Amino acid sequence: MTQSLFQWLSDPSPSSRAQARLGQAWLAWLRLKRNHLAMLGLAIIVLLCAMAAFAPLFATHDPFVQNLAQRLLPPGTPGHWLGTDDFGRDIWSRIVYGARITLYIVALVAVTAPVIGLLIGTVAGYFGGIVDTVLMRITDIFLAFPRLILALALVAVLGPGIVNAVLAIALTAWPPYARVARAETLTVRNSDYIAAVRLQGAGAGRIIWGHVMPMCLPSVIIRVTLDMAGVILIAAGLGFLGLGVQPPLPEWGLMISSGRKFLFEQWWVATMPGLAIFAVSLGFNLLGDGLRDVLDPRSASR
Amino acid sequence: MSVSETTAPAASRWPDLLRRVAGGIVTLAITVLGLLLVTFVIGRVVPIDPVLSIVGERATQEQYEAARQALGLDAPLWQQFYIYVRDALHGDLGMSIRSQQPVLTEIARRFPATLELATLGTILGVILGVPAGVLAATKPGSIADQVVRLVGLVGYSMPVFWLGLIGLLVFYGKLDWVGGPGRLDASYEMMLEFTLTRYTGAILIDSALNGAWDMFANAVTHIILPAGLLGYVSMAYISRMTRSFMLGELSQEYITTARVKGMPEWRVIWVHAMRNVSVPLITVVALSYAYLLEGSVLTETIFAWPGLGSYITDALFAADMPAVLGGTVVVGVVFVTLNMVSDIVYRLVDPRART
Repeated sequence: MTQSLFQWLSDPSPSSRAQARLGQAWLAWLRLKRNHLAMLGLAIIVLLCAMAAFAPLFATHDPFVQNLAQRLLPPGTPGHWLGTDDFGRDIWSRIVYGARITLYIVALVAVTAPVIGLLIGTVAGYFGGIVDTVLMRITDIFLAFPRLILALALVAVLGPGIVNAVLAIALTAWPPYARVARAETLTVRNSDYIAAVRLQGAGAGRIIWGHVMPMCLPSVIIRVTLDMAGVILIAAGLGFLGLGVQPPLPEWGLMISSGRKFLFEQWWVATMPGLAIFAVSLGFNLLGDGLRDVLDPRSASR
Repeated sequence: MSVSETTAPAASRWPDLLRRVAGGIVTLAITVLGLLLVTFVIGRVVPIDPVLSIVGERATQEQYEAARQALGLDAPLWQQFYIYVRDALHGDLGMSIRSQQPVLTEIARRFPATLELATLGTILGVILGVPAGVLAATKPGSIADQVVRLVGLVGYSMPVFWLGLIGLLVFYGKLDWVGGPGRLDASYEMMLEFTLTRYTGAILIDSALNGAWDMFANAVTHIILPAGLLGYVSMAYISRMTRSFMLGELSQEYITTARVKGMPEWRVIWVHAMRNVSVPLITVVALSYAYLLEGSVLTETIFAWPGLGSYITDALFAADMPAVLGGTVVVGVVFVTLNMVSDIVYRLVDPRART
């Protein structure tokens, strides 16, 4: 049974479009599987998703319940193997529930910024001329902005909070996607298959949506994966400054900031959440690097 | 690209450069205008009423209206924007609500501290990053290459503010090797205020010029940790890009030719290949410098560094919007200018970019 599935996937003459696509994905997966570091990154991200989805199973305590009798216990204490914070809350459980917030932010940015970028990039590349000039000038202006500072100013205006933090990050994250999408669009705009679709009477919207955007997807996906590491760091930075997620939610950056007050005496309160941020950010970087090598043969040597 | 290289006559080089600079300045002007538009919009939608924060809660309607007119808030929006841009170009970024001082004056006082930190960080990043990248590229796949890549990857993925806290914990709290937060010990802070002639605002340079060597030594113990931190972040980026550029160069045929001629390997790498690698590296170093200036927001908070970054965050918590937006404009302008200058230098150095 499995043998025949492999044969079906690696059939050199696929009988349907779905088979061809799945076959391609299978080959890419085989190549990715050989890259140990990328697989490590994938494992970290899968673990993060699992932790977020089944947080009650991983957590040993309620992340919100305070127990002042057990405040600031060091790591290794029975029952609290990463220690407790200044309200006596179990740090491990808070990190587990914090995975939900991190994943939420990452997912929201991943579905907004690339979409804005794709739209602007493909429209600019497809129509060219004055549309291209205007859109790309706007993109360049946003690209030239310092990202963290602009996000900071936006959050200052909109008020702190998780959605506003995501909005601020997404508003500063889309320009690179627009650049990538435009470059890809320019390479396919004059190909024969686009001309064929146009001769069949398809409108610009349909061509861009159905025939140009799919061609941009691989490069955009690579960028998204690599970008998510930076998004996590910026979100944690906003949380650390007190401008992102608000207490008592167990956001990792916020947890570091609350542990900062007693850094020298109770080091673990600030240290443990930082390790989590680092691990997840590393995971996205490793997977992104691996995906780039697999999906983008042009940069394979780099 | 390298095949169809045409040698342009030397005479046309300077007018061409002038045209590039002019084009760059136009782009810069448009970008700065866009930046001002964004900060203007942010400043208008802010929920804090700027009039109320000046006249106070108990002002009468007439006082309120008078202050509103004095601030120019009764004019149409486009006119307000025009006034905003005009003032900004004249160096007037408004008054800080907290201190009632011009924002630009306050920023000018804080900026040297940020500049000193970011510059030292970039210098460290280049000194460590370029050789590391070259080493990794000359022996791809070797242990050295793996180590360089790993160190770079870790630097990419590390939350800077967290690493700074760990650094403080280990090197200041436990080992007591370095000075704590701030630019100087408290006793030297007094000296800084009263006896030192301030030439540049950068403490390392000023204390050296004044011959205050004990102060210089103290400043070094304070700056070494934050600068080392920024240097590491910048090294992660620079070593990665150097490795990638160098790998590209070393596969070129002119390198093979040089090797076949019997040229020593160090000369092939550091003289022949490096000349070409250094061109794109200029952009990378400029970008990394701009990034450090921006990243100062988090680093300066950790190290209580009295620079632009901590100025912006302090203002943020005091709801001092003119100061926040003024700081954003200054960082943005420096950022954009650095990009433009690196672009012009790139075109100046790389003959292929001169078309």
